Amino acid sequence: MLDDFVEQPILRTDSLTKRVNTGNEQLTILQDINLEVNAGEAVAIVGASGSGKSTLLGLLAGLDLPTIGKVHLDNIDIFTLDEDSRAALRGRILGFVFQSFQLLPALTAIENVMLPLELTAASDIEAVARRLLDRVGLEKRLHHYPKQLSGGEQQRVAIARAFATDPKLLLADEPTGNLDSATGIQIIELMFELNREHGTTLVLVTHDEALSRRCSRQIRLADGKLVQ
Amino acid sequence: MNYFKISYRMLCRDWRAGELNVLILALIIAISGLTTVAFFADRVELALARESNQLLGADLLVISNQPLPEHYADKALELELIVSSVTKFPSMISNSDSSLLTEIKAVTEGYPLRGNVYLMDGPPEKLVGPSKAQSAGKIPQPGTIWVDEKVRMQLNLNKGDSVDVGAVQLVVTEFIEREPDYSVGFINMGPRVMINAADLMATDLIHQGSRISYNLLVAGEVKKVQQFRDWAKSQLTKAQRIEGIRDARPEIKAALERAEKFLNLAALASVVLAAAAIALAVRRFTQRHLDACAVMRSFGASQKYLLNLYLYYFVILGVVASGVGCIIGFVAQEILAHWLTGIVDTALPWPSWLPAFQGLLVGLVLLVGFALPPVLNLRSVPALRVLRRDIGLSNAHSISGYLLGLVALSLLFIWKAQDFKLGLFVVGGFIAAIAVFSCLGWLLIKILSSLRHQAGGVWRYGLASIRRRAASSVLQAVALGLGLMALLVLTLIQEDLINDWHASLPPRAPNHFLVNIQPNQLESLEEFFQHHKIQSPVMHPMVRGRLIKINGKKVSPKDYADDLHAERHIRREFNLSWTNKINADNEIIQGKWWDNDTTDAVISIEEGIAKTIRVKLGDELTYDIAGNHFSAKIASIRKVDWDSFRVNFFVVVPPGLLEDYPANYITSFYLSPAEISVVHELVRAFPNILVVDVAIVINQVQQMIRQVSQAIEFVFLFTILAGFAVLYAAIASTQDERIYEAAIFRALGAKKEQLSRAWAAEFVILGGLAGLFASAGATLLGYVISKHVLHFDYTFNPWIWLIGTVVGIIGVSVAGLLGTRSAISSPPLLTLRKIG
Repeated sequence: MLDDFVEQPILRTDSLTKRVNTGNEQLTILQDINLEVNAGEAVAIVGASGSGKSTLLGLLAGLDLPTIGKVHLDNIDIFTLDEDSRAALRGRILGFVFQSFQLLPALTAIENVMLPLELTAASDIEAVARRLLDRVGLEKRLHHYPKQLSGGEQQRVAIARAFATDPKLLLADEPTGNLDSATGIQIIELMFELNREHGTTLVLVTHDEALSRRCSRQIRLADGKLVQ
Repeated sequence: MNYFKISYRMLCRDWRAGELNVLILALIIAISGLTTVAFFADRVELALARESNQLLGADLLVISNQPLPEHYADKALELELIVSSVTKFPSMISNSDSSLLTEIKAVTEGYPLRGNVYLMDGPPEKLVGPSKAQSAGKIPQPGTIWVDEKVRMQLNLNKGDSVDVGAVQLVVTEFIEREPDYSVGFINMGPRVMINAADLMATDLIHQGSRISYNLLVAGEVKKVQQFRDWAKSQLTKAQRIEGIRDARPEIKAALERAEKFLNLAALASVVLAAAAIALAVRRFTQRHLDACAVMRSFGASQKYLLNLYLYYFVILGVVASGVGCIIGFVAQEILAHWLTGIVDTALPWPSWLPAFQGLLVGLVLLVGFALPPVLNLRSVPALRVLRRDIGLSNAHSISGYLLGLVALSLLFIWKAQDFKLGLFVVGGFIAAIAVFSCLGWLLIKILSSLRHQAGGVWRYGLASIRRRAASSVLQAVALGLGLMALLVLTLIQEDLINDWHASLPPRAPNHFLVNIQPNQLESLEEFFQHHKIQSPVMHPMVRGRLIKINGKKVSPKDYADDLHAERHIRREFNLSWTNKINADNEIIQGKWWDNDTTDAVISIEEGIAKTIRVKLGDELTYDIAGNHFSAKIASIRKVDWDSFRVNFFVVVPPGLLEDYPANYITSFYLSPAEISVVHELVRAFPNILVVDVAIVINQVQQMIRQVSQAIEFVFLFTILAGFAVLYAAIASTQDERIYEAAIFRALGAKKEQLSRAWAAEFVILGGLAGLFASAGATLLGYVISKHVLHFDYTFNPWIWLIGTVVGIIGVSVAGLLGTRSAISSPPLLTLRKIG
């Protein structure tokens, strides 16, 4: 029974479709996406610009609503939940890394990392945040504001923030997209290291071939459809 | 380069994209609020002036003791004004059995130009109040005479009886109930008759040296009347003077002036609110245009190019938005006026177009003054921003940007206030407030944010947000504080103002005066009052005396030839009274009131008359009372509230000095309209006593005060609306940042409620700061304005601190949470992708 449970995919989609209205015509961004991601996997979603990668990622996280279809996160059909319950679910099992870091400019590095912990009312928040920032090599930058950090440093803060709640699933949207290649490589290393340490499942969107090759599986999107 | 075209295109694009919503909305609300107030105040002012002019019978009088030269009337007619004339003089009239000294008024066609002559309808005994009186709508025909109640009673006249007026015999055709130019100066109040001016010469009563007052009545459009007044002023000889309602009626003058100043203040407050709203709204605009400017700069646009571009941009925007605001303002005040006409009796006159022009100008000045400078700083946006989006503008820039706005605002104030002192006070007050609030705000935010590490949960985020946006947080707190301050000051003053009016004319203010009561009638009069269950009023003794010496030096009217007003006082007799108890509405401003047992020959003199006849504390005045000389030193100078309709004297002495001189008594008391028959009985029982009924005048003044109070309350509502504009702009100015914040919070798993709480914490802090600032500012400004501009005692209200702070916190929090509702519920992905 327990084994059965472990075998369950942590993420599954059923006929996921997203269409948007642009003036008088309807544009299909994603069409009939069916995929499964098992716990511990590292999956890269790849494809050309405009193929629907980021939209897919947003739907997987429940940040947006599909036109048709379902997403099961940790066995929960997330679109049967209301927006608040989805947010709570995200807080419990998801971590995020964005292309443009998305740190809150009003908060210092450590406060940014503490934010998701505070939202879930965890204990010992500051120690956890301090340890994570230490882990990503920013122990001397705790009280700096995002504006005072370089792009690479900001992404490190974002990674520390993503791992703060010890998520089961980490979603990353072009995490190296805004960084130079050397920094990008460091960030990738860091992310995979933390992924191993925390036993997290990783789903990342990228068009960086080197990055996608480091993943155990690639899912290719073209014109909103799954190619392989 | 055609900047207009490019600016226009940019404007249209921004409009379509919804970028201008906040700025345009703030401007429209502000300008419509302002013009509503201005239009409405304009109409109310016109209505009030017209209403009160009814008491004068005209808009303006030219008065002389010699026949007025033709050129006054000619000039008035040339200015398309209407004119009429009244000649007044005292003379005996008689019928077969008796004669009576009356004031004769000879009128010409058109009299009165304002108000109505009301005639009695039916036997006076059956009258209950003045409501049954009929408006005459005409003047006495040649050969006829209209007489008032006193004449009718004393000569026992009926319609159709003849009376002799000088050399002619006239037929009584009507009884006068009330006349518009019915004087409240009860001392001059004798029986009155009205005849046609055509009969004047035939009476043979007009001789050189008779006491005649020639009056030219003028009325018409406000501007033309003012023009006439200005012209006539330059033409006046010593024997002539001009009298408008404000010159003639001190109680109305005071009420009108305060109301006008208050309405002006309300309009000024709307300007402040508009400025605050625009200053806040432009923040978001600047943020949104940073990228555009950076891109244009990186493509090689010069600073001059950007300057011109935005200058045209704002002029077009200003004209359009202010225009819309003016139209809305006009419609709103029209609705308001319609609504009000149900409550007030007078139809409001059509407003002038000045408010629309003002609205347009204010909109442009505010926009160019407050919006352009910060936007101009965009010129210096580093092109590097194209590469690094988090490079913005330094805050020092945006603060200095508001300087031009402040200067523009100050000029606007002084112009709008049309009262240099008032304008200066308001400008000074607001500038000082801005400076102090900014420093305090900065300091408080610094202190608070250093505490944020101790604060838990939501307060940490609230404080963090405020600290990060320190400059804009200070700006928000200052703008909200100013807005709230304006509202609080208006509330405070409005209450005081209305209370002050009502206090000076309470519902049971004395409305009947009894003059010429003989000492031997005091007892029977007391019995009369007791019999009719009316509380016996205080009887004031009165002795008439002519001032003949000041400090032993003879004075004559000639010594005051340069001051007509003073000359009249010297020529006439003073009424001297005695008492040990100072009247409640009197205030000693110099010297001191005497002890009860004093036997010194001292007097207490009224401030105004002392100034007029040029005497001071310690001067000795000598009066000729019935041939005897009476001398006394000025021991105190009193300020008298003449608005109060109570019996008051210019000169008062202690008891024991004047008792041997021939005295009579005067008193005042309240009679309800239902008790009017008491007056008729009184006149019958005491034929020599003169009853002066000022109920009508008091009613008119009370009615006017009610109208002004209502008008003020309504206008105040619109100022509150302008306050909402500020609130809206303040909330909207950080909308973008909030949408972004919300998206991250949501992505990280924050529930709506958690996010709302974090923001609520921020709003509570902001609102609290604003409320605190507002309370402090309002307390001080309220004091200064009450004391030095509106001239009444300021009641310190400690509750204002609690009210200000609570209103600040609740107002900002509620508006903030309502305003950010959409930010909370917008899908996080959209936002993150748009920004990312």
